[in-house]
Amino acid sequence: MTDKPVSHNPLPNKERAKLPRQRVPEQDPCVRAHNFLEVNLGFPPEQARQESLRCIECPKPGCIEQCPVSVNVRAVIDLILAGDYLGAASKVREDNALPAITGRVCPVEDQCEAGCVLGKKGEPVGIAYLERFVADWERETGQFGSPVSAPPTGKKVGLIGSGPASLACAGDLIQMGHQVHVFEALHELGGVLVYGIPEFRLPKEIVHHEINVLRRRGVVFETNVVVGKTVTIDELVNDEGFDAIFIATGAGLPRFLNVPGEHFNGVYSANEFLTRVNLMRAYRFPEYDEPLYPCKDRDVIVVGGGNTAMDAVRSALRLGAKSASIYYRRTEKEMPARVEEVHHAKDEGVHFEMLVNPVEFFGDEKGNLTSVKCIRQELGEPDESGRRSPVPIKGSEFVVPCQVAIIAAGTSANPLIQSTTPGLAVTKRGYIQANDDTLATSKPGVFAGGDIVTGGATVILAMGAGRKAAKAIDAYLKGTPEPNVQEKASTVSAD
Amino acid sequence: MFEIVEARPLARNIKLFVIKAPRIAKKQKPGQFIIVRLDDSGERIPLTIADADPKAGTITICVQAIGKTTMLMNMLETGDSILDVVGPLGKPSEIEQFGTTVVVSGSVGTAMAYPTARELKRAGNKVVSIVGARSKDLLVLEDEVRAVSDETYVLTDDGTYGEKGLVTERLKKILESGKVDYVLAVGPIPMMRAVANLTGPLGIKTIVSLNSIMVDGTGMCGGCRVLVNNKSQFACVDGPDFDASEVNFDVLMQRNNMYREQERQSIELLQADPEAELRKLRESNEQHACALEAAMSEVTR
Repeated sequence: MTDKPVSHNPLPNKERAKLPRQRVPEQDPCVRAHNFLEVNLGFPPEQARQESLRCIECPKPGCIEQCPVSVNVRAVIDLILAGDYLGAASKVREDNALPAITGRVCPVEDQCEAGCVLGKKGEPVGIAYLERFVADWERETGQFGSPVSAPPTGKKVGLIGSGPASLACAGDLIQMGHQVHVFEALHELGGVLVYGIPEFRLPKEIVHHEINVLRRRGVVFETNVVVGKTVTIDELVNDEGFDAIFIATGAGLPRFLNVPGEHFNGVYSANEFLTRVNLMRAYRFPEYDEPLYPCKDRDVIVVGGGNTAMDAVRSALRLGAKSASIYYRRTEKEMPARVEEVHHAKDEGVHFEMLVNPVEFFGDEKGNLTSVKCIRQELGEPDESGRRSPVPIKGSEFVVPCQVAIIAAGTSANPLIQSTTPGLAVTKRGYIQANDDTLATSKPGVFAGGDIVTGGATVILAMGAGRKAAKAIDAYLKGTPEPNVQEKASTVSAD
Repeated sequence: MFEIVEARPLARNIKLFVIKAPRIAKKQKPGQFIIVRLDDSGERIPLTIADADPKAGTITICVQAIGKTTMLMNMLETGDSILDVVGPLGKPSEIEQFGTTVVVSGSVGTAMAYPTARELKRAGNKVVSIVGARSKDLLVLEDEVRAVSDETYVLTDDGTYGEKGLVTERLKKILESGKVDYVLAVGPIPMMRAVANLTGPLGIKTIVSLNSIMVDGTGMCGGCRVLVNNKSQFACVDGPDFDASEVNFDVLMQRNNMYREQERQSIELLQADPEAELRKLRESNEQHACALEAAMSEVTR
């Protein structure tokens, strides 16, 4: 639905659909494969306008329906056509606290752009590029249409973790007039946005900017606090006077393959590899102290098919790998990574090996990785996730040389908070149980959302959870709490 | 930012730091560690907590200069600041009434074993301490250890102080002369392995504190994984204390050597101009404090 009765689009609908989708300028693949600068360069204003002209202004916009935080895409596009970019940015911010980030990392082909009618016959409107355009314009011109906050309520909310769920929650809560205090275990704020997603996909400067915006609005951030170790949830509530808590600690422990040889030097979890490269800036060693096992002139394989795997393999390439390959146990069709990331990886020269699984790693006498034995697989019956499960083909083993192997096989729940918070119910896989609608946990006043509830998911879904929690926390603090987990539990967990 | 309220040399290349860290001081227990990052370009390294004063809000750590970060850290003085300190991390040491306990430590490992020895004594155990070092000038906290031990043996490899010999030789004599119920060994990997080889066949409960390479210290990266009972365990959250008889010391040693080449390179760069590196650290931390203040004081538009 739109709140703009008058359209700023001068073209008749028929002509709009004929316009080709604008190609976003990118760094040349041959160049970018050797640097950590951003790949997508973003639309200049004229291209943003051209792309906006393609919107046919559906009476029931599928793009809004399919957005996890229901950004009013249609109104945003019309504001772009009116030339009111700051207004467009404010419009996005009504529903999305981190537009410069989601405009870069959202899996739009499954969300807003999947809902675009144009996509049925041709290509959908480039909604993410437009969102990014208005957010970048706002930041680069130094303007910010800060929403006005409600009068102070005197209530204090503690947010655990500073990733996308927490940041979205913080933005809404501060606007509702509550005091917000964010605790982060690492030394830098942003969670997965800074330790996980590489610079070439999401420059850290953008994350810092969004955090500074929240800081200016009054959110207090405290780094170097591992809740569960440095302080417990109960201590925050009983000793430090927090009226409500939102747990958004993210993905947790890395999964390994549990095959022989995973302890050899050169075998990394994707979490560790990316943390060293991104958070610790190991790609700039020795200017930065944190070392990284060298990828230069070596064969690097990455096991997995998600966005994390793509981030790792493309980072390895930029670190000078002789070859950088994705080894995935299913086929390209089943890969959970965003289509754009897969395309980018291919353009840059990443090799894809489908339907294979490592069964053993080999090392030399010093314990340094030298090769990996894999087995080929075929797809069998669908598993619980609906995807066809891979079945090993007997006798198909083969050995390939590799000196660095990165395991991106997902994560499991980190028990740090669960094990130190009496009364907090968890699923059988250790994720925190939370009500689907309110994200209330079994412990009164304690809410939870994002990957620590759902298992590994996306930035935008975590942000959706953060906003949902803010609404429920506000209701709880005003004395109109919604039902908690005992009545309705969410036990969604990821593959 | 975490202020150093006291910095004092203890021995050659070993320095004691008292750091203002109220949250950690309040929560820490013997056996736990912190992770520090000196400045914006620093790496994250784990350091065992040697002592704490919850009232003063301070923790004490002892640092031996072996890599770039520890060398640079040991150039810091009272009044300097460390950018990041996080903890307490890891599981606390298991303190029970075991009976007769032997605490074996080597060099700076003594600072890590000391708080556990103290708690073992407090819990009613007989505590026999064996403190070793390569040479006299590497010995630390001897008086503190003596104060909490029923018997204390001090050894140096070169005989410059105490008995001449290895801690394991002394341990062997103790094991031969009477019943021992519990052994804790903290120090270089070869020493811990040698202790495990002595006590393992006798079935004596033996705990070692492992010094794996870590990044986050909360279980997120898995870099500190060690083979324990042939299964992968994370030293940061499952340890750092493990049953010595189950630890694969070869893999621990191999993984701790993983960045040897880079470590050498970093040390060379530091040693080329240590004063410049120290100045850079101090300037960077000062800038950091100013930037944060500026961000906080900006008014909402």
